[in-house]
Amino acid sequence: MDKPSGNTAGTEARGDDSEVIRPRGAADSQLPKTATGISGLDEITLGGLPAGRPTLLCGAAGCGKTLFAMTFLVNGALDFNEPGVFMSFEEQAADLVANVASLGYDIPALVAGGKLAIDHVRIERSEIEESGEYDLEGLFVRLGHAIDVIGAKRVVLDTVEALFAGLTNTAILRAELRRLFAWLKDKGVTALVTGERGEGQLTRYGIEEYVSDCVILLDNRVQEQITTRRLRIVKYRGSAHGTNEYPFLIDDDGISVMPITSAGLGHAISQDAVPTGVPDLDAMLGIGGYYRGSSVLISGLAGTGKSTFGVSFVDAACRRGEHCLYFTFEESPDQVVRNMRSVGIDLAPHLEAGVLGFEAARPSLYGFEMHLARMNRDIEQFNPSILVVDPISAFRGPSTDIHATLVRLADICKTKGITALFTSLSEAGRLMDESERGVSSLMDTWISLRDMDANGERNRVLQLLKSRGMNHSNQMREYELSERGIRLIDAYIGSGGVLTGTARLAQEARERDEALKRQQVTEQRQRELARKRAMIERQIAEMRAGIEAEEIEIETLIEQEKARETVFGADRIAMAASRGMAGQDHARAGRGDRGATRGEAAV
Amino acid sequence: MSESLPSTGPRSQPDHVADDDTDPTGEYSLRLYVAGQTPKSLTAIANLKRICEEHLAGRYTIEVVDLLVTPQLAAGDQIVAVPTLVRRLPPPLKRVIGTLSDSERVIVGLDIRPKRSRAS
Repeated sequence: MDKPSGNTAGTEARGDDSEVIRPRGAADSQLPKTATGISGLDEITLGGLPAGRPTLLCGAAGCGKTLFAMTFLVNGALDFNEPGVFMSFEEQAADLVANVASLGYDIPALVAGGKLAIDHVRIERSEIEESGEYDLEGLFVRLGHAIDVIGAKRVVLDTVEALFAGLTNTAILRAELRRLFAWLKDKGVTALVTGERGEGQLTRYGIEEYVSDCVILLDNRVQEQITTRRLRIVKYRGSAHGTNEYPFLIDDDGISVMPITSAGLGHAISQDAVPTGVPDLDAMLGIGGYYRGSSVLISGLAGTGKSTFGVSFVDAACRRGEHCLYFTFEESPDQVVRNMRSVGIDLAPHLEAGVLGFEAARPSLYGFEMHLARMNRDIEQFNPSILVVDPISAFRGPSTDIHATLVRLADICKTKGITALFTSLSEAGRLMDESERGVSSLMDTWISLRDMDANGERNRVLQLLKSRGMNHSNQMREYELSERGIRLIDAYIGSGGVLTGTARLAQEARERDEALKRQQVTEQRQRELARKRAMIERQIAEMRAGIEAEEIEIETLIEQEKARETVFGADRIAMAASRGMAGQDHARAGRGDRGATRGEAAV
Repeated sequence: MSESLPSTGPRSQPDHVADDDTDPTGEYSLRLYVAGQTPKSLTAIANLKRICEEHLAGRYTIEVVDLLVTPQLAAGDQIVAVPTLVRRLPPPLKRVIGTLSDSERVIVGLDIRPKRSRAS
């Protein structure tokens, strides 16, 4: 048999997106399977554990083997009408009942209803003396009796290896265990056998040798002080199965495994726009909002209002009656509700109406894969149409892992048609930090919020870095967070650069001032022109008056001359007549006089 | 499970071998759990009788329980291996598993004090 050694678990590639798991129909799988009812595990195993065969569940202490096993039985009893026997070699029945009560399992009721039997097998080496040969028929009888009494279809042996601690003759034990598993198979019960992780092998005493049909390995690794529970199907004879390590989660709602691998990029897309909750922003985005089912990243420095954008989006959606799920990693839900009142958004009615769900967790509570598993489960339960993760930068860990996680989360949202809005805290002084650069390619719309420090104040500027598939504005816009929510203002963009806040106001005032001045200058020049014109016209009038006066004078002179000439002519004629040659002289003298008169006028 | 043999040995019902005139403080109440009449069972019963006769003559009772007949008794006395010999009295509860072929270990396991048996 191929015995997987323990140290391969760590080197197994995680976050492998290429793998595709498709649950197949019953006709496809020849091997009958028993559903565990554990969400995710049945998908990975394509239906469940091999029916009527033993499965080995191994892992180190504290991996959740017992809870897993108990969940298998409880689900069987409640959901599949398959009673089960829990044979515990470690914990007493009362302890077991108390321990799984935290998962909400009411074991006493199931026991009373004949759906579950718990048998605690106590073996104390100090109380037992061995003398001669023996076998474990007593165990068989007990188990067989318990199975027969309630008609059990499922059996858990937790942890059968405890027998090795109680009994010394390992040769007998091994032979008997081999016989036990064969006997379980004959009985036709689906058995889950747990085993403690051993050095260099899956179980401490190598019982994986006997249980060879299906082996599931649980792991609880600590990385950077954060533990992540992981599950891996080591082998599954006769069936295909997911081979990756899958994070799983144990909390009040039981166990859920996250079988997330990217299912390609074949998801259906929508042409609808979802309003952003900020009308001005809707206008910047060409289609009047984000595309439904798209991923939106809002990145920015501390205090730029990333959450406010997220909450505005959620508020608008809740008003339309859409279900929204808000994951907060930095504030408690109450704190978010209180703080958002300051920007005029009251989330309390939405919470009461049940259209808004808050999930708060400390980022350091568990690894991001665990967060992802939890988010996946919450999404499954709440079935939102809008999801906000505030902020993704809260996840700690290597950026490649964060990237892989976010790819999966974005994938989940896209396949379910959920519009997801992620906020991300940028580091001061860097436009794009490492995690943003990693995730930005996943995002369909990226809004960058920035600060502008100038003139002793800080102003906020919004910019659409990208928005796939829409004709979006390229403008930087200043925005205000006020008690009426988010308001976008046209930023001053001019020779002085982009000015915001009071600088913008000052610049605007200055411009108004200048315009006024220019206007005044123009008016003054107009007035001057008018004055000049008036002056010139006055001069023209004066000159004209002068000329007229001169003309009159000259005409007078001419009249006088004429009169004089007439008189003189008459005198001459009289004189010529008196001399007898008057005609010639008269003509010559008249020409000379006229020329002289013209010369005078020209001067 | 091995096939059942012809019933030559003790039956599954309580088999009182010893007489009952001893005082209750010295009484050994023993119960032997077996699963069917296998060679192992028969060997164990024979061995037990021999040891009791040697060391506890007159102050013991042996009860043989066949788990194939009364499987519900297995859980109560925490039986895993068979044959299992349980010393019910005197307290505390003691167990010896196996065919009881090693008498010394049985004596140690049952914590038999040979004082009175030597005195008598």
